[in-house]
Amino acid sequence: MLAWLGKPLAALVLSAAFIALILFALGAAPLAVFAALWQGAFGNWLATTDTLVKTTPLVFTGLAVSIAFRGALWNIGAEGQLLIGALAAGALGIALGGWPRPLATGLVLLAGAAGGAIWSAACGWLRERRAVSEVISTIMLNFVAVQVLSYAVHGPLIEPSRSYPKSAPIARAAELWMFAPPSRLNAGMILAAALALASWLWLFHSRSGFELRAMGRNRRVAAFFGIPVARIGIATMALSGALAGLGGAVQVSAITHRLYESFSPGWGYEAIAVALVARLNPLGVLLTALLFGALDNGSQAMQRGQGVSPELVQVIQGMVILVLLAFDTRAWAGLSGALWLGGDPTAPAGAPEAGAPAGSGGDA
Amino acid sequence: MLEAFLASTVAMATPILLAALGELWVEQSGVINIGIEGSMLAGAFFALAAAYFSGSLALGLLAGVGAAVALNALLALLVVNLAVNQVVAGTALDILALGLTGVFYRQMFGVTGSAFVVRQFGTVALGPLARIPIVGRALFDQNALVYLAFAILPLLALMLSRTRYGLRLRAAGERPEAADALGLGVYRLRWEALLAAGVLTGLSGAFLTLAYAGTFVEGMSAGRGFVALAVVILGRWKAWGCAAASVLFGAAMALQYGLQALGTAVPYQVFLALPYVLTLVVLAVFGGQADAPSALGEPYVRP
Repeated sequence: MLAWLGKPLAALVLSAAFIALILFALGAAPLAVFAALWQGAFGNWLATTDTLVKTTPLVFTGLAVSIAFRGALWNIGAEGQLLIGALAAGALGIALGGWPRPLATGLVLLAGAAGGAIWSAACGWLRERRAVSEVISTIMLNFVAVQVLSYAVHGPLIEPSRSYPKSAPIARAAELWMFAPPSRLNAGMILAAALALASWLWLFHSRSGFELRAMGRNRRVAAFFGIPVARIGIATMALSGALAGLGGAVQVSAITHRLYESFSPGWGYEAIAVALVARLNPLGVLLTALLFGALDNGSQAMQRGQGVSPELVQVIQGMVILVLLAFDTRAWAGLSGALWLGGDPTAPAGAPEAGAPAGSGGDA
Repeated sequence: MLEAFLASTVAMATPILLAALGELWVEQSGVINIGIEGSMLAGAFFALAAAYFSGSLALGLLAGVGAAVALNALLALLVVNLAVNQVVAGTALDILALGLTGVFYRQMFGVTGSAFVVRQFGTVALGPLARIPIVGRALFDQNALVYLAFAILPLLALMLSRTRYGLRLRAAGERPEAADALGLGVYRLRWEALLAAGVLTGLSGAFLTLAYAGTFVEGMSAGRGFVALAVVILGRWKAWGCAAASVLFGAAMALQYGLQALGTAVPYQVFLALPYVLTLVVLAVFGGQADAPSALGEPYVRP
């Protein structure tokens, strides 16, 4: 257990040290910046609940990425899937005035999941049937999703007064339950936690979850043992997109109540850091999403107080991923004295590592 | 009208081509570089910053190349020596570069950044050639970086397909164990590929700020690095194929601005999404990875 937590923690500490160096170079006081971060994230009750609000979409997208990466499906498209989910939810939510609340919220969430699932299943299909790298296709669809949403809020969904490029608010019936006003704690957070548990159970205690992990370890061997890798590939991509889309729907239904451009500050990309630091473990995602949610929330206070731009959070994300990758690699054993000059002529061809799965950190 | 469109096509294709040629080199060695978008962005920012403070475009170019090479060296350390997952490391580099350029940009120029403008590379007309009807402006009345890309293309094509070095590179990308067993030095080949790609990507980023926009906007590479990845696939891992695919994307981008300027009834978002949709459609129709180097993207640890 300690060893399992040790590497991510060490990676975080090392990243913090790098960040401190950068801050120092920029002429800011690292300790004051970190203190401002903490104050902004957990300084009082409202700040803390706001941290949870910022955590929620990261749980959904973090789960989406974890599940896909477990199967060595490199879904970089949680961002686009979340946006399309939000769009589907928002568009439907506007039309549900007068519906009974449980039905309306249920439909809105379902629409979000379906939107995200379709967006990512397309990439799964392209991968399995047309040999198109899912890395490329998911990234391309992120850019397309941004434009689709932009078109929707400038065009068909624009609010009746047409003064700003944002949609009309969704019907009251489609709004998720807020259980502790004035804070924005809402039912979506409970859903996120429940889905994390469900994902964990599925991944580690079900047949199809096992098959997915086997496929992630070594696709060829999995196929040899009769696991339907192509079908699992498409289905898992769809599931991954559904989770991200659901995240978008929850955000619309519980927090923003409408659609607008730049709806996501990059939750889909941040999710990659969230998932990797959690070592692709759905329960770990709850913790790491909280960590990054706190960073997001705290960074706004940090900007006001310390004049450091919020992009610093992206620097932290990138740094954490890189440091964690470096910690986690199997290659330390293979490192010899000289780093890269010259090859070893006595080495046998066909090293066992050469065909090793492209696993990133999933050795749980 | 057509002349302007063609000239714009070539100009828009150039940064994509430069980045794609770098990516081609890297992929031939067996590495996939998703961090290309980040290197491009870093190149764009540092090129502009250096040109702004020094007043010299040449120094700007050098700084842009330096920044991209530095990022690629970091990537090389991770994906070559430490054999980490290449997709994830590249994505992390993209996020890191987006963050770093954002932080530096705001730190140096506040939030407005209105003064962050430099004199750009001007176009150089090549005498009477530039007056050839229709294609003259597109091919012979461009800025220095376009001509540089024209010069690099045939050299790189020759290097990859006709030299011993190109052969070794492909060996590293197809069968790294065998290549190492022959003493070709896979790690070294991959390091050199990533550093060379850093130079090309840096030029591509510098093009965006020093020869196209004249200023910096956060995230201004706008997916061109990812488009370059697609260009390598469409180009079937051949330099001239990459050039053709780059021109296709350049045309899509030029069309986007042309049609926007014409004021058609089609929503402008359609044009903005066009290059990305086009990528997907072309990949779906022609299929994906069939010609890819066999060991592409697989972490390789020297035995």
